[in-house]
Amino acid sequence: MSSVPLVATSAQKPWVLPSRGRVAMFCVIIAESAIFTIFVVAYVYYIGKSLYGPTPQKVLDVPIFNTVCLLSSSLTIWLAEHAIEKGKIVRFTLWWALTMTLGAIFLIGTGLEWRRLIEREGLTISTNLFGTTFYSLVGLHASHVIVGLTGLLIILIFAVTGHVKQQHAERIQVFALYWHFVDAVWVVVFTVVYIIGR
Amino acid sequence: MADSSIPIGGSLDVTSHGRSTPTAIEWLHEWVVTVDHKKLGILYVVYAIFFLLVGGVEALLIRLQLAAPHNHFISPQTFNRLFTMHGTTMVFLVGMPFVFGFANYLVPLMVGARDMAFPRLNAFSFWMTAFGGLLLYYSFIGGSGLYGMGSAPDVGWWAYAPLTLRAFTPGHSTDYWALSLIVSGFGTVGAAVNIIATSLSMRCKGMTLLKMPLFVWLNLVVAGMVLVTITPLTAAQVMLVIDRYLGGHFFDTQAGGSAVVWMHFFWIFGHPEVYVLVLPAFAIANEIVPVFSRKAIFGYPAMVAASVGIAFISMTVWAHHMFTVGMTSFGNAFFTLSTMLVGIPTGIKIFNWLATMWGGKIRFATPMLFCTAFLIQFLVAGLTGIMLSAAPWNWQLHNSYFVIAHFHYVLVGAIVFCIFAGIYYWYPKVTGRLLNETLGKWHFWLFAIGFHVTFDFMHIPGLMGMPRSIYTYEPGRGWETWNLIVSIGGAIQGIATLIFAFNLFWSYFRGKRAGNDPWDAWTLEWSTSSPPPAYNFPVEPEVLSRRPLWDLKHPDDPDWRYE
Repeated sequence: MSSVPLVATSAQKPWVLPSRGRVAMFCVIIAESAIFTIFVVAYVYYIGKSLYGPTPQKVLDVPIFNTVCLLSSSLTIWLAEHAIEKGKIVRFTLWWALTMTLGAIFLIGTGLEWRRLIEREGLTISTNLFGTTFYSLVGLHASHVIVGLTGLLIILIFAVTGHVKQQHAERIQVFALYWHFVDAVWVVVFTVVYIIGR
Repeated sequence: MADSSIPIGGSLDVTSHGRSTPTAIEWLHEWVVTVDHKKLGILYVVYAIFFLLVGGVEALLIRLQLAAPHNHFISPQTFNRLFTMHGTTMVFLVGMPFVFGFANYLVPLMVGARDMAFPRLNAFSFWMTAFGGLLLYYSFIGGSGLYGMGSAPDVGWWAYAPLTLRAFTPGHSTDYWALSLIVSGFGTVGAAVNIIATSLSMRCKGMTLLKMPLFVWLNLVVAGMVLVTITPLTAAQVMLVIDRYLGGHFFDTQAGGSAVVWMHFFWIFGHPEVYVLVLPAFAIANEIVPVFSRKAIFGYPAMVAASVGIAFISMTVWAHHMFTVGMTSFGNAFFTLSTMLVGIPTGIKIFNWLATMWGGKIRFATPMLFCTAFLIQFLVAGLTGIMLSAAPWNWQLHNSYFVIAHFHYVLVGAIVFCIFAGIYYWYPKVTGRLLNETLGKWHFWLFAIGFHVTFDFMHIPGLMGMPRSIYTYEPGRGWETWNLIVSIGGAIQGIATLIFAFNLFWSYFRGKRAGNDPWDAWTLEWSTSSPPPAYNFPVEPEVLSRRPLWDLKHPDDPDWRYE
């Protein structure tokens, strides 16, 4: 194990590098954005190209309550991040639980919407082109919400059992970046599906 | 032995058993559970070399079939499977694992780190890639379902819709293709995330971004490209699977879907992918050319800027694969110009390499021979690329053997040559022994001759109108002689590759001992022992310039005075 010693004697300036967790999460977000871009482009390109119904104008309702829940969960998770940074574990746990509840309400809302569309309007993924693009784009987002909720739940369990400490603030903030991304993507999906496409 | 334990629950005995060599099961276990970037790098490269041989055999079968007109060596169905598997294998199971193998092994060493930023993610990425490859090749057994003979996918590596829809390709072969690429795609993205995090967040003290070795810089750029190029493919594959399994209509033209949308999505991935593969080749050349010219690289900042430039421009050129589909004249002009624009940063690179060699004291060891041939061949490949980027010329030659010759000039003439150069250059670091130089020269000259016999002459039947993907052709069109020559060249390359494979084995046991720094090189990986210990560096290194080992060897004239 012979090695050339490479330690030079230089002025001891602080050597600061970006956090690898943050860098990695930003990379994941860039990659995920590319996936969403492809699905959004497909959705936009295929608007109005269905050869037969049902059409989005007829069957889609704007899910305002859902949207408000999901977007406000970004605020609550930010408050949770703030709390853990200052070491207020109880406050963190409460905001975190609220975030999870809001996310779950969103997911249930999407489920109810899908049930209505499938059972009452007869729109499935194979019914027409609109069905294909709608369920895959909204479903892609919903699957990200499920991943996010799983992560939120795991951290919540850790928090309730007293394993989350102030020193975990950075990891929690890295995870929260993902949740912010899921919320931000919903703004795009919502605009494309319920405003432009309807 | 110290870092392995027997795979039995509860057994955490880390003390030595008194044996100097591990048993076979311990040895295997160690390689399967490893999270060491060096071992994973070796696994990637071994995996890639294995599939290089598989894909090479497929290419040789294709060439045997095309060597003479009206040949019945293999059936049309088999021929379609062979070119599909050859393309998919070479891009996803050879090119990408080579890229990540080199990056995995070298990036942490070059930035002076203990390991990658996320060692477990690293292992996960490798095994995803590996299982993706197995899934693809399992289609030979399971492609038609559980009964009867299996069959591999036969839709071309581009898999154009609507051929891929259930109605036209029943059975599971296309599903194996799509699923295997989704699986290996996840591995690829994981590896890219890791490379970015490592090169941004794990650099040793003093290594600012503009002091990173160019190898690390280019792999950073490549990893960034992977994030936004592999993912569109994954998305498109998911759509394809939805179409095939859930009755979706994305690419179903009978329900308003569009086959052209698939083409766009595929080439949004497919063209940047070429640069994802070729930039690591540049990265290897960036290390080898200066060391064997005994000069620092010429124009380091220009090299970095050109790489980033290539990355950005390459995202805007994809539809030059689609000139014959029918676009507006604005579309044609845009993609012609953007494609030609890539020539500028690429030209900067070629001139920088030439300027590095100019006036240098060049040592033509095997790595440098491969790099020199790479320079010439990549120039030719770039020139035919400029020709094909002109829409009218492209209309004439689209899907002809001219195109095949052009992109094999890039993929073999540039990428494979640089990969060989890289293996000859870093093999002593990985194994502690030099590859045999005589065998290396035989390998180089035979491979170079075989390459030129194959791909120089392949342009000509293309100009004469021979289309790609045909399993045989009529005599009397003037294609016969050229095809025979091309096939002979393929055989020569095959022999050269076997010499290379033999050299890898032979030198592992009998090669000359390398020592830490056999090439008198300048980057950090040559400062540690060969092979490096698990912890890479006993003391965390600290660098002052782009060539830390030069500074160390020449304290009277260090680089940091001039940078």
